[in-house]
Amino acid sequence: MSPPEKLLEARDLAKTFGKVAAVRGVSFALRRGETFGIVGESGSGKSTLARLLLRLIEPSGGGVHFRGRDLTSLGREEMRRERRHIQMIFQDPFGSLNPRMTVGELVAEPMHAHDIGERGDRGARALKLLDEVGLPAAAGARYPHEFSGGQRQRIAIARALASEPALIVADEPVSALDVSVQAQVLNLLLDLKERHGMTLLFISHDLRVVEFICDRIAVMYLGEIVELGDKAAICGEPRHPYTQALFASAPGRPKTARLAGEIPNAADVPSGCAFRTRCPRAFDRCAIDHPPLRALGGERFAACHLVEPAAEAVS
Amino acid sequence: MNALATILEVRGLSVSLPIGGKLTPVVTDMNLSIARGEAVALVGESGCGKSMTARAIIGLPPPGAEIAGSIVLKGQELTQLTPSERRRIGGREIGFIFQEPMTSLHPTLSIGAQMTDGLRYHLGLSRTAALERARELLDRVGIPRGRDILAGHAHQLSGGMRQRVVIAMAIACGPSLVIADEPTTALDVTIQAQVLDLLARMREELGLAMLYITHDLEVVADFCDRAIVMYAGDRVEDGQPEQCLTRPRHPYTSGLVAAIPRMGGTSARLSPIPGQVPPVGAWPAGCRFAPRCAIADEICATRPVFDAGVRCWRPLASPAP
Amino acid sequence: MIRYIGRRLLLILPTIFVPLILVFLMLRLAPGDPAAQILGDQATPDQVAALRHDMGLDQPLVVQFVFWLKGVLTLHLGASFFFRQPVIDILPSYAFVTIQVALLALFIALVVGACAGVAAALKRDTPIDRGLVALAVLGLSLPEFWFALLLIFLFAVTWRIFPVAGYVAPSEGLVASFMTIALPAIALGLRQSALMTRMMRSSMLDVMSEPYIATARAQGLPERRVVLRYALRVAAAPFVTVAGLSASHLLSGAVAIELIFSLPGLGKLLIDAVGRRDYPVVEGAVLAIAIMLAILNLAIDLLYALLDPRVRLS
Repeated sequence: MSPPEKLLEARDLAKTFGKVAAVRGVSFALRRGETFGIVGESGSGKSTLARLLLRLIEPSGGGVHFRGRDLTSLGREEMRRERRHIQMIFQDPFGSLNPRMTVGELVAEPMHAHDIGERGDRGARALKLLDEVGLPAAAGARYPHEFSGGQRQRIAIARALASEPALIVADEPVSALDVSVQAQVLNLLLDLKERHGMTLLFISHDLRVVEFICDRIAVMYLGEIVELGDKAAICGEPRHPYTQALFASAPGRPKTARLAGEIPNAADVPSGCAFRTRCPRAFDRCAIDHPPLRALGGERFAACHLVEPAAEAVS
Repeated sequence: MNALATILEVRGLSVSLPIGGKLTPVVTDMNLSIARGEAVALVGESGCGKSMTARAIIGLPPPGAEIAGSIVLKGQELTQLTPSERRRIGGREIGFIFQEPMTSLHPTLSIGAQMTDGLRYHLGLSRTAALERARELLDRVGIPRGRDILAGHAHQLSGGMRQRVVIAMAIACGPSLVIADEPTTALDVTIQAQVLDLLARMREELGLAMLYITHDLEVVADFCDRAIVMYAGDRVEDGQPEQCLTRPRHPYTSGLVAAIPRMGGTSARLSPIPGQVPPVGAWPAGCRFAPRCAIADEICATRPVFDAGVRCWRPLASPAP
Repeated sequence: MIRYIGRRLLLILPTIFVPLILVFLMLRLAPGDPAAQILGDQATPDQVAALRHDMGLDQPLVVQFVFWLKGVLTLHLGASFFFRQPVIDILPSYAFVTIQVALLALFIALVVGACAGVAAALKRDTPIDRGLVALAVLGLSLPEFWFALLLIFLFAVTWRIFPVAGYVAPSEGLVASFMTIALPAIALGLRQSALMTRMMRSSMLDVMSEPYIATARAQGLPERRVVLRYALRVAAAPFVTVAGLSASHLLSGAVAIELIFSLPGLGKLLIDAVGRRDYPVVEGAVLAIAIMLAILNLAIDLLYALLDPRVRLS
């Protein structure tokens, strides 16, 4: 089997805001066609990471390679053209939808911006996209405020699809929605992904949602990836003490381990392993050595002194 | 059930709000009772009336609201009291925990001032005694160095710490009932677990009756003794949380449970409930869930009565005896 | 807190010097020669030149400015061409009148504005609220001088409660003195109170819907206490900012009002001095007004920090 094609790769990506180290040396690769989840609590740097990948903010270090091109080296206009292929969906779709434009205009706008299709066909195509996300054609003539939260998220998805992207980055797209609506939007995302062969980067704090929708998952803590692997591995037998505690805290899980304390301030990251201040298994070395993200074999990675790499992965 | 142990008894409660100049029902025919030491979950999606029920119980409904029915707290009929008597009793006998720890504490009053206000007003404590009691309360909810915290302000605390302070305030005057409105929704999962543990401990140590409002039944399944599921202002199911999750009787409960992604689940798609919650004021005349219900038939055009723990003409498989 | 005050004090300096430099340049560059004006039509060019030399007006602008700046820093503001006495001796009595009027006006604006704003917010959408808002709109649309004339006509001419114009110093009788500044202060203050009413109302409405107000109510505290202790404290912060702006407006408004009521204040002094090309007095009066504004702004900032610990600690 040939190795899966890398659509996007982050290499040692870092971002500091003043004294705050929001993202500290993150590397991972997205494979074409997969759904990749990033989970973490507030302050883990997951939303900053998403914005770095799209170059909505400039990284302090490292690079982002999209289809083999280094996005961080692109000029303004080149970057703008590249954005056609990477679209983003936010938690609050209302904030990203211009209230003075009709839904039809909103969905057609990316086609104008990236000069997609014939000018005269764009309106019809916008209606087709609305139909695809489950909204009636009549919705095209109305304004965003006339819709419920779930419907607005559908509009945002139709708009993201308009530029025919290869990658959609969704930052907490269903967190503000009620459970029954959330299920509708999640199913929709899966359907569209299959139909259009897109890659989906899904960022969420909700472990149940991430487990449901993702193929692979990266767990972030204080600006770093501490564990990365297949959904089954991460959710089924987490290896990093933080991942273990995180999933033990999830609703519907037996309550075993409890984490004490709260995530430290990103302006004052603990020495060595950033998790050691809350880790039930921390020992002397954790305060001195920073554990790198190491391959454990079987496409799994963890950053912990206590997790031993499998023999075949070392060789 | 022992009548003496009943802390809260709500009968035939309905709440109407002026919407677009017209008094519109948002909660109808609500019944619930909570005994000492019991925790009841009020579960539903936004707009189902769960928060409005809580606000009616504590006596802080939105302006212009009309409330009918009976609310009895420890044998006292609250709806007969004047607003100021009502508020005084509420503050002393009912602790309230809000959803947003980031905004439910005053931004410019010190934590100590906020914590001691209620103590001094209800219990007549002196300033020093109230501060000492506040420090004990902080200690109790797992905040050491209480003295420093009391002198500080809300913005200096993390979300988890703020929620602990809010819990300490809720139990300050020795209430018999605590109402928690989505107290962990805005918190991270690891902190959420800590706060739930704390609430469980407080409930046990103080013998509190608790009303826990949530949109996510799974979060409180271990925590609560009973769950009341609400839909469009109605109580549709009343039973044990575990039973609601595994053998729901109302089609809405069933749909709600199926829509939640389950840890360790294997299905490729979720089963969402078709359609949307009808807006307040546009509820169907019969069963309010009927338009979205897969098994609805002609009889569902008539409003079902609440019977044997469920408001449905065609309840799903009955619970094991 | 001390660092905060220090930083604020540093920020004051430009607010004093920028207007002064502007005034210095404007007077020097404007046409008309003060020496000629002082000596009158009969003076010979030689006499004028001699006086110009005495006054230093024949020096280059830069030299004049350095001398002038040195004078300002040591409070040697020069002597008035007209009064023939040091400016520093003239200013205090005039400044005192202005401060009296402005402070009383500010007091009226604050008290009326705060009370009306809070009342309107608490009685939202009732006739009380609508009436107060209508009055505030009316108040904002009336020009100050017109309002002042109306007050004179009603209270001084028709009912003869207050004197029409003129000033009595407090040393000559407190009540009589108060009567002379009452009408000017009301004319100035009531109009500003309209602005403050609207500000306070919207600020209170925002605060009353905040979750921490619900928390305080859920604790069973009486509504009075919730409003006075929990809501006002927060609603006052934007109110204080507006009060600061309003106070600056009151000072400048006092100039016009002093003319209408013939009050011997800084405004009247300034207008007269400009007419007489009495440079040192103009500069002195502007300096006094600038310092008063700066102190006012500092007071507002400190009050703000007192109200909001987040400002203090950041």
